[in-house]
Amino acid sequence: MSQGDEYRDHPVRSYVLTSGRAHPTRNTLRPETLLVAVDGRPAPSTATRQQRDLVRLCRGTLALAEVAAYLALPVSLVAVLVSDLVDSGHLTIRSNHQAHVLPERDILEKVLDGLRNI
Amino acid sequence: MPGQHLAPSVARSVKILVVGAFGVGKTTLIGSVSEIEPLRTEEQITTASVGVDPGLPEKQTTTVALDFGRLTISQEIALYMFGTPGQRRFWDLWAGLADGAVGALVMVDTRNIEASFEVLDQLELRTKMPFAVVINQFPDSPQYPVERIRAALDLLPGTPIVRCDARNRTSSAQALIQLVEHALTFPAFQKAPA
Ligand SMILES: Nc1nc2c(ncn2[C@@H]2O[C@H](COP(=O)(O)OP(=O)(O)OP(=O)(O)O)[C@@H](O)[C@H]2O)c(=O)[nH]1
Ligand SMILES: [Mg+2]
Repeated sequence: MSQGDEYRDHPVRSYVLTSGRAHPTRNTLRPETLLVAVDGRPAPSTATRQQRDLVRLCRGTLALAEVAAYLALPVSLVAVLVSDLVDSGHLTIRSNHQAHVLPERDILEKVLDGLRNI
Repeated sequence: MPGQHLAPSVARSVKILVVGAFGVGKTTLIGSVSEIEPLRTEEQITTASVGVDPGLPEKQTTTVALDFGRLTISQEIALYMFGTPGQRRFWDLWAGLADGAVGALVMVDTRNIEASFEVLDQLELRTKMPFAVVINQFPDSPQYPVERIRAALDLLPGTPIVRCDARNRTSSAQALIQLVEHALTFPAFQKAPA
C-alpha cells in the first residue's frame, strides 16, 4: 500500500479531510437510515479501505449505526463516507422515507403489534 | 458479524431513544429486546465546559458511547433502540439522535431519583417527543407509590410510568408498548384529515 493510501485510511485524518464538505445526501442520513450496496457493484478502484469495507458490509441491509459499529468508526464519519458512496451510485438508501419526517401512524401501529407479539 | 443483515424485505426503520443517568440500565433494556448483541459506537463531541473546573479550557472533547439494538418488528419494519446519556453537555449528540424518533424511554433508578432531573429537563425543554418513564427495579430500590414518583419528577398526568426489570424481555417490551401507545395520542401521530 502506498504512503498516500495509509494517509487516507487513517480515520482521524479522513475525518478531517471529509468533514465540512457540502453533501446533498448527508443531510438525509440518520443513525437508523437503512443502507444496501447496489447489486454487484464493488467499491470504486479509488475507494479507501474503509469505503471498500463499507460496501462489503452492505451486501445486505444494515442501518448506518450498525455499519459504524462494525467498522469501529464514529457515526458522523461513516455518514460522510456513505454519502459519497450514495452519490457515486455504489450504495442506496433502503429506507426511502424522507429525513426529518416522523413515521406515519400506521407504521407506529405495526410497531405496536410487533411489540405485543413478544 | 455478517449474517446480521436485515431481511431484504425490510425497508423502514423506526427509532426509539433510551435515555437516563449513568448505570441506570439503558444497555440492559436494549439488550433484552434486541435481536442482535447490542452494538456500540463512539462519537467525539466538543462540549462547552460549564465552569465546574476553571482550570480546564473552555471547550473539551469528550467521547460519548452510543449503545443500540435492533428488533425486526414485521416483514418491512425494523425498530432501532438507541441508548444515550441525556445530560445537557451531550446535547449536540442528542439533538441529532432525537430527530425523527418516535419517543424516548426515560429510565429512572429510585435509589437516585435526582439523577434523572437533568435528562427530563432536557427532553421537555428541547424536544416535543413523547416519553415514558421506566422505573428500573434494583434489589435495594425503595418502593415508592407511582403517584409519589410522578410528583417527585413533576410529570404530567398523562405521562406513563412503567415498572420494569430491564433484564427481562417481556417487561422491557411492555415499557416500549406503553411508550408507543402514548405516542399515538400525540398530535404528530394523528391521521391527516382525509
Ligand atoms: N437488579 C437489576 N440490575 C440491573 C437491572 N438493569 C440493569 N442492571 C444492572 O445494572 C448495571 C448497569 O446497567 P447498564 O445496562 O449497563 O446501564 P447503562 O444505563 O447502560 O449504563 P451506562 O451506559 O454506563 O450509563 C449492570 O450491572 C446491570 O446488570 C435491573 O433491572 N435489575
Ligand atoms: Mg450503557
